[in-house]
Formats: sequence, structure tokens, C-alpha cells
Amino acid sequence: MSVISTRPARSGRAQELGLLSVALISVLSAWVLTYYGVNSANPDQALPDNFFTFGGAAAGVLLLCHLLIRRLAPYADPILFPASVMLTGLGLVMIYRIDFQLVARGASPDARGQLILAIGGLILMVGTLAFLRDHRRLRRVTYISLIVGLSLLLLPMIPGLGVEVYGAQLWISIAGFSFQPAELSKIFLAVFFAGYLVAQRDNLSLAGPKFLGIHFPRLRHSLPILLAWLAGMGILALERDFGTALLFFGLFVAMLYVATERTSWIIIGGLLSTAGVYLIVQVMPHIQARFTIWLNAFDQDVYDAQYGSYQLVQGWFGMASGGLFGTGLGEGSPTNSFAANSDFIIASFGEELGLVGLLGILSLYAIIVTRAMKTGIALRDGFGKLLAAGLGFAIALQCFVVVGGITRVIPLTGLAMPFLAKGGSALLTNFIIIGILIRMSDSARRPFVPSSVSLSTINTGELPANLIADEDDDLESSASTEAEPHSAEDSLATTAVPRITDGGSR
Amino acid sequence: MNLAIRKLTAIIIVMFLTLMMAVTYIQFIRAPQLNADTRNVRTLWREYGTDRGPIIVANQPIVTSEPHDDEYKYLRTYHQPELYAPLTGYFSTTFNSMTGLEREENSVLGGSDSALFSQRIEQLITGKQPKGGAVALTIDPVIQQTAWDALGDHRGAVVAIEPGTGKILAAVSKPSYDPNLLATRDSTLANESWTAMNNDDQQPLVNRAFGGKLYPPGSVFKIVTAAAMIEKLGLNADSVVEAPFSYTPPGTTHEIFNAYQQQCGDGSGQVTLATAFAESCNTPFAIGGVNVGAEPLVETAREFGFDQDFTIPLQVMASKFPFPEDTAALAMDSFGQRDVEVSPLAMALIGATVANGGVMMKPYIVAQTLTADLALLSETQPTHYGTPIKPSTAAILRSMMIGVVNNGTGTKAGLSNVQIAGKTGTAETGKEGGDHSWFVGFDAVDQPRIALAVVVEEGGSGSQVAAPIAREIFASAVNRD
Repeated sequence: MSVISTRPARSGRAQELGLLSVALISVLSAWVLTYYGVNSANPDQALPDNFFTFGGAAAGVLLLCHLLIRRLAPYADPILFPASVMLTGLGLVMIYRIDFQLVARGASPDARGQLILAIGGLILMVGTLAFLRDHRRLRRVTYISLIVGLSLLLLPMIPGLGVEVYGAQLWISIAGFSFQPAELSKIFLAVFFAGYLVAQRDNLSLAGPKFLGIHFPRLRHSLPILLAWLAGMGILALERDFGTALLFFGLFVAMLYVATERTSWIIIGGLLSTAGVYLIVQVMPHIQARFTIWLNAFDQDVYDAQYGSYQLVQGWFGMASGGLFGTGLGEGSPTNSFAANSDFIIASFGEELGLVGLLGILSLYAIIVTRAMKTGIALRDGFGKLLAAGLGFAIALQCFVVVGGITRVIPLTGLAMPFLAKGGSALLTNFIIIGILIRMSDSARRPFVPSSVSLSTINTGELPANLIADEDDDLESSASTEAEPHSAEDSLATTAVPRITDGGSR
Repeated sequence: MNLAIRKLTAIIIVMFLTLMMAVTYIQFIRAPQLNADTRNVRTLWREYGTDRGPIIVANQPIVTSEPHDDEYKYLRTYHQPELYAPLTGYFSTTFNSMTGLEREENSVLGGSDSALFSQRIEQLITGKQPKGGAVALTIDPVIQQTAWDALGDHRGAVVAIEPGTGKILAAVSKPSYDPNLLATRDSTLANESWTAMNNDDQQPLVNRAFGGKLYPPGSVFKIVTAAAMIEKLGLNADSVVEAPFSYTPPGTTHEIFNAYQQQCGDGSGQVTLATAFAESCNTPFAIGGVNVGAEPLVETAREFGFDQDFTIPLQVMASKFPFPEDTAALAMDSFGQRDVEVSPLAMALIGATVANGGVMMKPYIVAQTLTADLALLSETQPTHYGTPIKPSTAAILRSMMIGVVNNGTGTKAGLSNVQIAGKTGTAETGKEGGDHSWFVGFDAVDQPRIALAVVVEEGGSGSQVAAPIAREIFASAVNRD
């Protein structure tokens, strides 16, 4: 039924161009404000060095990207690209701002490197659009994705390649360039999960034993989630990367839920992660310390301890000193916090842009994520739905893990804030994700053009009743958790009959 | 799957709302607490980095913030450092501390006072750097300087009050210190200065004027005893009192003599109260205090402000009159020895109360607080602090204090053109030649301009040392315009 669309097709390209201008102007203004801020409002010249060069180049690059999107994905969602540009730009401004204090301390600046990476990200995004003309082609590489994803995840453990940073082994170093492969493996694993789950969803959603009013899957069908749980715990144990483990396990559970519409998976996932975290905390002092910091950050002992809560509390002090409206860009002291331009960049924004600015930034993320989810809803194929929802959820969960860690909603982990934080692997990966999302939103929003036979020849009134019921399954089957015996048969039956929702454009 | 995606979207929205609430908690709800955390160096930077307002005496700033090229941007500068140190205190980034008015008036000087709210909003909108407000003092710079000079090289203190209002006209403590040496950004210098000042046996950091240390009052306390004798025993200036050569309080063997074991009056053993007061005999007041009784005497002292902490807004240590343990203690306390200890401010306040007809005005030192643009924020209004004695008692005390200056121990405080009233004191410290020299008095005119207390540590006789100092200060206060 989702095939029929009476809405006139709107490409949204004009909106995208408008929003892109807003993003560019905002970022350039933030740059100028920062410049005035760090120079105590009395700079040597009216505008920063090379303002027109960089501003013009940025406008040119963004316009080029826009034109390429216009050509490659004319019906793409008009918000995804400008929102990610805005966040990346703000991140660049903050990294540039932190550079002033880094240079004053004799450290090397980061802004130029990040700018190059941002351009690289845009190239990868457009490249993704150019090479991936139909997202469903990704389904063909389901198992290759699994292998690539897991390999990437395991790379840092290869001796001589992996580098240990701040007690977690999640970086690799090749010829002087360091890279965090877990970021990239996010995409591959999302593709694998989507491909695997869309094929297995009916098996996984089969009714199992009922306990406390909830249907639990049969043990053999629980195997994947158990394996994913074990894999997550394995990463956690071997690389001591709490954040990545949480991210992958959360991603898997969320996609499993979307595929099967069974709440039981979420409950099982929650129980498993609680149990896993509990076990890990018992045996690993590194993680245990994180929990102590989380629970007792303001205790003097914890604050004074080596690798204690000092950094976290400094971040809080910075955010508190920002208050409602912030100190103004360039006028706070964000480098009092550790990693002010990467792990703690959110605290830096909180300090200089205030609560208002931080809520704005979080809203931008919420917009990107909800656009991804909207894309998932609008897409006509199960694989695309799962992939869009999965990628969207991955961004949301990453924000939650990072900001939640800084605000002590959850223990602090070492993940990077998407788009904002300094760090090449994350930035490049996130632009690839935006590329995939733009591709999918293009096919979701594209007016349906029947490729061969006009669908109007199919009169749903003539179809068997069980097939029509199944079409509603997408919307309502989770409501019918009281699986009567025949509904299971229905589900089985549908696997044999081509489904209009999935197969319409196949 | 769409329903599941919608539900997942709802979960995501909940996740973001959780983050937003957490951020709001930190940056709004808990921000005041976090900003007040002593570990928060940003608060220090902001506090020390604001353009603090000046402290003003008679339209001249005595403390200002000068632009300075470092993290804090401004350096607190004290223009007459030693003269005003007991009032201003210091504002030190090295020690992360502030004292004196820098601390008590920090909310105005630092610009955080709620009265400065509209100014802060304006600064927020115009983007101007926040600026603190100014504090104007009641100090009369001429009297302050005269008192400073008159004390010379002595250790001691002077406090002068305007009797009708309670304005503090002068507050000098000697020796003093240079707050600039502690406010400096050179932390080595600041630390060395601090160590030197702290180890100096002259105790320059002690604020003698406001009870940084308390002194035995000696005979100046007889004002209080005489007040109690007049009020509780119904005596007046001409009442005849017992004035033996020596007096042994009942139940003890401790013999009390007059100063230098002299006779009192004509040696008959009976003198008028006025004569006993003018000659500062001890036995009549020891006997008088015992006759009044411990409880009424302590009560009178309390009405004069003993045993009460107060702020002006600087903290003033309460003068002490602990309940006498026996009659001997009561007799000794009655002429200001043994357990009685006072601050110069408290004694000046007693003098001011007599000068003001028995009405004690609350002493204060901040005349006005002003915004950064010197618009008036608040003005301190004189307030009644109590009425420890009746107007008739005040009149009797006044006449007896005039007698002290005209034909008693206080002649060296007298001026030729203005009638001065006062009381001298020589407080034994138990140290040979270590008596503290006291003078408490006021100009005995219709509207007295000044009441003061002078104490000179180990200065010797009150009539010889403190009285001439008081005279110079009186001269500077009344021989003007």
C-alpha cells in the first residue's frame, strides 16, 4: 500500500541550497566571532587571515557538492547534507579556536588537518553517491560486509599495527597515519545486519515460549544475538573499548527489533548487556575505574586519583561556566578540559555557546537522525528500511554514548562525537554514511515510476485475503503479539508469495 | 517494519531528550553549585579577571584595577597601601584569597551583586566586558592621615566615629602592610612578602582597629562602670563615694591600690564621683562595681555592645566581659583590668554613645555602593543600635569627661578653642613598662563631630602618650572650614 503516492514529487533541491547557504553563513560567522573572541575583541585586522579565500573555496566546494547531488540523487532529502555540513563546520571552528590555546602551549594546530579531512569526507560522500546507484546492491555483499567489518574491528589487535591510546587499543597506525577502524566497520556491520536480518526476519519473529506475557524466541533463533553479545564482549575485553562494544551491540539489538518487531529482543538485549557489563566490571579494573568515576565524580579522592574524574569534572566546570548563553566563542577556557577538541568538544561548545547553543547542536543531530528514520519509513524495500534505521540509530546512539558520557548519564567512553570532533576516521565514515542515507532518501522520495507493468492492473480485491492481511503486517503485526497459531502460518505462507512491498520495484 | 521504526524513532527522541535534560541540569540547574566549587579554576579566573570596581574615599579611588597583561587581565592596585590596608584588605590571585572590604563587598566590586543585574544584562547585550561596581567609604581622609601620622612609630590603633550617625571617620592600625605585595602576580614575591609579614613580631597583618587583637581597657572602662553606678545606684557627678588608699574586696586578700599607689582626692577617703573619675582613682570604681553587682555591671557592658559580634561590614571582634567568677574579679574588672578586653572600635562607640546623648548608632564604613558608571546603587542609612544609657546619665558622664580634660588626667587632649571630653586609660599588661596607653573622647559641643578611641601598645601612661595623639586628631577634625 505504501507504493501508492498521491503527493506531487518535490525534489527539495532549492531547500537544500537555501539550507546550505544558512549553514555556510553560520559557520563563517562563527569563525569571525571566534577570531574576535580569541583576540579579546581587538584583532589586528577586521577579518581572519584568508577569510575570503577559505570562505570562497568552501562556498565553491559546497556548491559543487550540491550540484553533484542534484545530478546523482535529485530527490535526496534536502536536510541531511546541510545539517552535516553545519555540524562539521562548527566542529572546524571549535578546533580552530582550540588551536589558539594549543599553539600557545607549544602544541601543533589541528584545524588545517581537519579541514582537509572534511573535504575528503565530502569527496567520499559524493563518491558514495556516484558509485552506489542503488542501495539494494549492498544486499549482495551481506557476508562480505561481515568479514570486512570484523576484520576492521580486529585490525588494532595485530601486533605492530595497533596502537594503544589512553588504555584502549582501538587505533592502527600505518606509515604515520593513524586510523580508528571501528568507525568504518560500523557501516559494514550495519550492511551485514540489514542483509542478514531481512532474510532471517521471519525465522526470528517466530513465536517461542511465552513467559510473563512476552514471547521469547527459541534458543536456536537466539543464537545470532548471543553471538553478537559474545562478539561485543570480546571487543570490550580485547580492545578495552567500552564505547564501540556498546555501539555495536545496541545497533544490532535495534536492527533486530526493527526486523522482527518483537519487543522481547530489546528486553533480551538489555538483560544481556547489563549482565555483560556487570561481568566485565568484575574482572577489568580499567572499566571498573570508569564506573567509579561515573558514580562518584565529585569525590575528592576520585577527583585527585590518577586517571580519575579530574577531566570529566573540568568539563562540567566549563559547561557550568558557560551557563545559559555561553562565554562567547573564543572567550572561555575550554582547554582546561582534556581533549577539548575531540572527546570533550561537546563540553567546549557548552562553555562557549552555552546551554542554548548546545541544545541547538543536539537538535541538529536529532534532525539528521529523524530524517534517516523517515527515509527508512518511506523506503519500499525491507533491506533499505533496516539499513536506514540502523545507520540513523548508530548516529543517535553514538551521540548518546558521547554526550551521555560527558554528562554522566552513562559512564564515559572513548567514542568521538560524529562530525564535530577532531578525528579523521570518524569524519570520513560519517560522510560515507550521509552519502548512503542521501542515496536511500533519493529512492525513498523519488516518485514511483512503474518500470514495466502498470500496477493498476493488479486489483487488490482479487488477491487472496491472507496476502492483503500480510501487507498490513508492516504496520500492525507487532500489535498482534498474541500470536495465534494461524498467524504463524500466515507468516510462513508469505515467504513463498512475492510481497508487493518488497517486490514491487524488484 | 514501519511501526518498529516509528517506535525506534520514539526511543531515539527519548535518548536526545535525556541528553538535553542532562545538559540543562549541568549548565542551568547545577551551574551555580559548580561555579562555586573551590576546584573550579574558571571561577577564580572570572572573579579575578573582572574589572573590579574601585574603593573610594572622599571621591578619590584608593583601590583600583589596572589593566595587566596576563590571564586575569587586571591587577588590583592599592594607592595608599599602608594607610588603608586594615580597611581594604587585599585581593590576591597567588593565595586565591581576599580579605577586608575586598571580601565583604566582593559582590559589588566583582559585579555579581543582584543589584547590578540590569547592568549585567546591558553588558550581555552590548558585549562590553563585565565591570564591577564601586564602594564609597565614610572615611575622612584628613582625619585618617592625621591619625596615622599622630601614632608615629607606635604600635596601636585609632578609630574615630561620627557620633550622630555612626559613620566611621578613621580607622588606623599600626604597623600596617602593603597589600600590593600580596596582590602582585609575582607569586614568589607574594609568598616571600607573606612569610615576612606573618613572621614579623610587630604583627603588621593584625587589624588592631577592629579587634584583630583585643586589649585590656584599663581606666577607659570606668566610663562603663560609672554609667552603671549612675544608673543602678542613682549617683550623680557630685555624689560622694568611698575612695580609700587601698581596697581589699570581701572574701579575698588581694589589695587594690590607685595608680602609682597614690591618694585619691585630698586623701580623706571620700571624694565626689567626678573627682574620682577625673583623677582616675581605682578604689572608688572597684568599690562602685562591687556595689553595683556583677549582673547589673555585665548587663550595662552588654548594652554597650560587649559580647556581641557585629559587622560594619568588616567583621569586628566582640569585646569581652566574662561574668566575674568572684568579688575580687568583679572589683578588678570594674576598672578595666583582669578579664575585660576591648577593641578600639568598641571603645570609640562607647565614647560616641555618650556624645550622642545615650543613643548608640550602628557604626558603618560603606557610605554608598555605585554601579560601574558611578550611579547610586545603595546608600547606608544611619540606624539606631541601642540605647544603653539614659540621656541624663549621658549628660553626667559628659560633664565628668569634660572634667577629665579640663582638670584631670586628660589635659593633654584639650584644645584651646573647642571643649573636648574624654577619659584616659593606662592598662596594665603584667609586663614591666608594658602598659597600654588609652584615650577615649569626643568634642563636647552641641553636635559632636567626632568620637574616638586611641590605643598605643605598651605606650605607657594614657595621659602622657594617648592623650596628645587624640588632641592632634581632634584638632584636625574640628579646626576646619
